[in-house]
Formats: sequence, C-alpha cells, structure tokens
Amino acid sequence: MIKAKVFVTLKPSVLDPQGKQVMNSLHSIGYKDIEEVRVSKFIEVKLNSNDLDAAEKEIHEICEKILANPNTETYSWNLEVISGE
Amino acid sequence: MRINVITFPGSNCDHDAFHISKIRGHQVEFVWHKDTQLKNPDLVIIPGGFSYGDYLRCGAIAKFSPVIAEVIKFAHKGGLVMGICNGFQILTEIGLLPGALMMNESLKFICQHQFITSVNQDSVFTKGLTPGKPLDIPIAHKEGNYFINNDGLKLLQDKNLIAFKYCDEKGQITRESNPNGALDNIAGILNENKNVLGMMPHPERAAENIVLSQDGSQIFASIEKFFA
Repeated sequence: MIKAKVFVTLKPSVLDPQGKQVMNSLHSIGYKDIEEVRVSKFIEVKLNSNDLDAAEKEIHEICEKILANPNTETYSWNLEVISGE
Repeated sequence: MRINVITFPGSNCDHDAFHISKIRGHQVEFVWHKDTQLKNPDLVIIPGGFSYGDYLRCGAIAKFSPVIAEVIKFAHKGGLVMGICNGFQILTEIGLLPGALMMNESLKFICQHQFITSVNQDSVFTKGLTPGKPLDIPIAHKEGNYFINNDGLKLLQDKNLIAFKYCDEKGQITRESNPNGALDNIAGILNENKNVLGMMPHPERAAENIVLSQDGSQIFASIEKFFA
C-alpha cells in the first residue's frame, strides 16, 4: 500500500486572510518575531498499490483534477510504501 | 422563457430561484445534479447554497456531477447560464468563468443588504440596467472574495467582462463599500461570449414586494427583454 501526503498551498501572489489572522494572534500573545503565516491543506491519500511510478502519476492527476485549484493554489506531495492496515 | 434550476445536495436557494422564476411567469423546472440531460432551457440557473457541504473548496465537488457536462455543453452553444453565490463558485471551478472566490477578508460569513452597480451594458443580463445606479441586493457568503491574477484582471477589463461591482448607496465604487475584499470590487463577471454570468449577490432574494428590496427583479427583467 502507498500513502501519499499531499500539500495544497495558496500561491504566494494570493492573499491568505486566515494566515494573516493567525499571525496577528501569535503577535498578540508575544511571538513578535513571526514574519508570515500561511494556512495550507494537508491531504492524506492511501492507494491500494505498491507501484510508486503509477502512484506518482495518479496523485499528480488528482491534484490537477480536484485537490487543488490551479487559479489560486499550488501542490506538492510525497509517497511512502506502507504495510496495509 | 424556459428556466432550469439545478439542484445539488446542499443547494439551498434552488427553491427561491424557482419561486421567483415562477411568479415572473416562466416555465421553470428543477434539474437534479445526477440528471444527464437538461430540460430544454433558455436559461440555466445554478443557485446558491453549500453544494456538497463546501467540502475541499466551494464548488469543487459539484464539478463532477453528471449534469455539469450538460451545462458546459449548453454554455458552449451560447445558452444563458446564471450562477448565483455558490453557483458563481461552481462556474469558476468548472472553468466556465475565470478566477476564484476566496475566503472573505474578514474571515466572517457576511449576510447583509449590499449595493452593487452594473458596469456593463453589453450582456443580456445587464443590458436593461443603468451603469452607476445602485441596486440593493443581499449577499450571504463566506467565500466571495473574488480573485484573479493580473493578466486575468486585465483581460476582464479589456474585454468588458465585469458585470457588477460593489458600491455605496450613491453608486460610488469605493474601498469602503467592498464587503469581502474582492479584487477591483468585483461582484459579478461574464465569460468572453457574455452568455454566462456569475455573481455573489442574490437577486432572487430581492425580487418581490414582501421583501425589503425589489432591485434584483431588474436583472431578471433585463434577461426577459432578450426573450420578449
């Protein structure tokens, strides 16, 4: 079995009001050195396969098709073969 | 006019859109998201709500409903499609309209009366409206902050594809009258052929005498003129 960890992140050019709010809160409780906070999505996908090349292709495809919005988001992932549960 | 209102699991303005279409004398039918055919419409309305619970991103899952392929075909043939609120979000996700609707700058769900003004006299949806004249039309959303990259914005401006902007009670388009942080005060846009409109405000909630504002009816009247 393969576990994919997919990170979907707002593009740097896109404002992230959530991240800004989190940063403001951190500043208000004393973490003055925090320069920027961006809130992203982490999606875990398990595939019933051990073929890393095929999984690579499939995860890329589903990122394009649904997991990310190419207008506003970028994505990355890593794969790991795990023992089935 | 024959109007089809699409219902997704989680749509909650489908009955409002149906009701307003009906009382304006149109032949209106619901189309379930799993349907594989439209019911011979002149106008398709994709209503507001929370299709698929807004899971992942607003409108992202609705993209895969069978009826969407038909809506895309209909739009490509020049059919009129109007997406309101979540309907606008869906239209951007399926690529019929450019850009995306991001979370409001305030991070809050905003439900209030809002002035918008038409800035376009070049579409069926807006031809009957006077640019600069404020229309009081409610908004109710958390993800209505319109975003598009610089090239995209330039294209919208150059091709006259911005339909509505947020404004004040005098029709002035100001930073203060922008409720959600939308780029360039954008409240609604058109596709390049100007037969697809997406807008965050709800004209169907301001189109009869029992509610506070009737300004939304001007948008429906503009569309009706085209079929008259």
